[in-house]
Amino acid sequence: MDLFRSTILVCGGTGCTSSGSPKLYERFAQLLAEKGLDKEVKLVKTGCFGLCAAGPVVIVYPEGAFYSGIKVEDVDEIVEEHLVKGRIVTKLLYKGSTHEGTTEIKPLDEIGFYEKQKRVALRNCGVIDPENIDEYIAFDGYKALAKVLTEMTREEVVDCISKSGLRGRGGAGFPTGTKWKFAMGSTGKKYVCCNADEGDPGAFMDRSVLEGDPHAVLEAMAIAGYAIGSDQGYIYVRAEYPIAVKRLEIAISQAREYGLLGKNIFGTDFSFDIDIRLGAGAFVCGEETALMHSIEGGRGEPRVRPPFPAVKGLFGKPTILNNVETYANICQIILKGADWFASMGTERSKGTKVFALGGKIVNSGLVEVPMGTTLREIIYDIGGGCPNGKKFKAVQTGGPSGGCLPASMLDTPIDYDNLIAAGSMMGSGGMIVMDEDNCMVDIARFFLDFTVSESCGKCTPCRIGTRRMLEILNRICEGNGEDGDIERLENLAANISKSALCALGQTAPNPVLSTLKHFRHEYEAHIYEKRCPAGVCHKLLNFEIDPAKCKGCTLCARNCPVGAISGKVREAHVIDAKKCIKCGACMEKCKFGAISKK
Amino acid sequence: MLVNSQEKYAELDKVIAANKGQGGAVMRTLQAAQDIFGHVPMDVQIKIAEGLDSTLAEVYGVATFYSQFALEPAGEYRIGVCLGTACYVKGSKDVLEKVCQVLDTQVGKTSKDGLFTIKDTRCLGACGLAPVMMINDDVYGRLVPDDIPGILDKYRH
Repeated sequence: MDLFRSTILVCGGTGCTSSGSPKLYERFAQLLAEKGLDKEVKLVKTGCFGLCAAGPVVIVYPEGAFYSGIKVEDVDEIVEEHLVKGRIVTKLLYKGSTHEGTTEIKPLDEIGFYEKQKRVALRNCGVIDPENIDEYIAFDGYKALAKVLTEMTREEVVDCISKSGLRGRGGAGFPTGTKWKFAMGSTGKKYVCCNADEGDPGAFMDRSVLEGDPHAVLEAMAIAGYAIGSDQGYIYVRAEYPIAVKRLEIAISQAREYGLLGKNIFGTDFSFDIDIRLGAGAFVCGEETALMHSIEGGRGEPRVRPPFPAVKGLFGKPTILNNVETYANICQIILKGADWFASMGTERSKGTKVFALGGKIVNSGLVEVPMGTTLREIIYDIGGGCPNGKKFKAVQTGGPSGGCLPASMLDTPIDYDNLIAAGSMMGSGGMIVMDEDNCMVDIARFFLDFTVSESCGKCTPCRIGTRRMLEILNRICEGNGEDGDIERLENLAANISKSALCALGQTAPNPVLSTLKHFRHEYEAHIYEKRCPAGVCHKLLNFEIDPAKCKGCTLCARNCPVGAISGKVREAHVIDAKKCIKCGACMEKCKFGAISKK
Repeated sequence: MLVNSQEKYAELDKVIAANKGQGGAVMRTLQAAQDIFGHVPMDVQIKIAEGLDSTLAEVYGVATFYSQFALEPAGEYRIGVCLGTACYVKGSKDVLEKVCQVLDTQVGKTSKDGLFTIKDTRCLGACGLAPVMMINDDVYGRLVPDDIPGILDKYRH
């Protein structure tokens, strides 16, 4: 094996790829070859580092120099200065990656963004080359599979997972060990499935695991296969994730080549193989029975449970289905023990959870923290708070099934039960921060719009009920809200929650209920005062010209499509509120910032 | 991509033969057909139904259930403006409106010159760059509506 004096890690996650990291990789490769450094310096394309906001990100070891926001031109300087002359290019370093007032590099886990994190599911993301099985093996890869196949009985494996307290990371939080135990009890052909149909808007942790550490999922699925007695696995992954699909395909073929998937793994009589099935853009397929219908090639519609998949699942056979992040924890639990895992977290939610921080936040990206960390720690200590000095208003967790929590709940320790008690839910871990410029009625309307278009149409409460709710929200946002609309929403919400067939419908009213609970005054302002406090709902806004700033250039009047603006040249203009259709064209055209909306 | 339509149909026959009798055949065949033709027109659906011993109702049911399948040909450039939550709270609706305004068409429709098809997409998972738009495989992040005309101009011949 070649020895390298330095290693360059270039982030190849989706965020950094979009901000141009493939070009950086090419330029590094080209320069290293030109300067004859390619035998001394190793270049690795890794999975996601998590700090997507500062992308594209490059780390150079052994120094651990954390370069952020790198452009192609910067690559030349890094190669010339850092790799040839041995001088770290301090001006390109991520702010906060050096000890204060010095140029001395801090270890990665002491940088503010990473300090409070504990990476279990993401441990290899941004560390290894996901397209190289040898690197995974060097980081204890496939050791857990070897351990269960050669040292543990099936019962011991299931016991270990049960004792660890691991609960499903896809949203519902069902105990993983219990699920496996149900399936273990059945006989005959069985299937192990992986739910990689990450549909919650604003959640991308599964994508990052698949892109950064695909073998961890394969290994865990094989362990599950051994535990329940199955020889076939399926990964159902969104077609919108091309990089993840490609890396999974590479990982599966490498694992087959090494004999880590296929017949008689590690010389035992255990055989297991995995195939990929692509989704085709239907949110409801994240629901387990719908997902299985989709793998079977039909319309991804859910069905009534019981029978549960552990009894009657894919192709009518007993099946377990776990989420990507759930699988990403399995190997570590086997290697380090159930007690180690159970030592992290809260009483009823063990281990860590990955959150995708997004929206109005400085450090958007992926963070993994022990359960029980408070929302405030995640949003302020790790996420850096709202940018541009804006005031925090709410954080949305749990995607379209979750809810919006206000500032007064920031000190809630996050776990499955606390979030449900607060009127939201864990969901898959999306965490969208909103500031004073976001209208909570509009956000509720946004989620209902999502649910209405993603409802599969099989059951009436979801198909028609959510549509009625959306109609009410639309008219509230358009200034036509009526007395009694809030009560109508609450009534519909209660009935849909009780009567919908699957979780999609049952939880669809949550965004409305939680905003009604915490931001009822905003609904009331829309309905009774015909006013949008955040200034988002166009129809409720009034455009006004500030006479002190208006120069009388007539540009606004000439661009108004309905002739609502009048005034003489070089004199302040006026908008006739009755004629104004609130299109915003005047505000867009004004060169003096004289027009505002209120 | 195959240009000659005869070659395309020959390729479709091969895909049908390979998937026949397999679990999950309808969806996988439709996905392959969309790769071959760019969309799945009615005659292709009929061929799949017959080839797999399925029914047109079944094939059409699957093709219309999933948003990925296009029944009509799309423009040369597929614009997808992300309306995931992270992008939405950072103003992607204004970006989408601007795209529609500049191209003088609506979401789901193709511009009059046949060049661009506009879609509002689900979360693309690039939330760190919100708001995000994709044109075919190119990703544009941290957008404001004023960026749109310049970006679209790059694709006009």
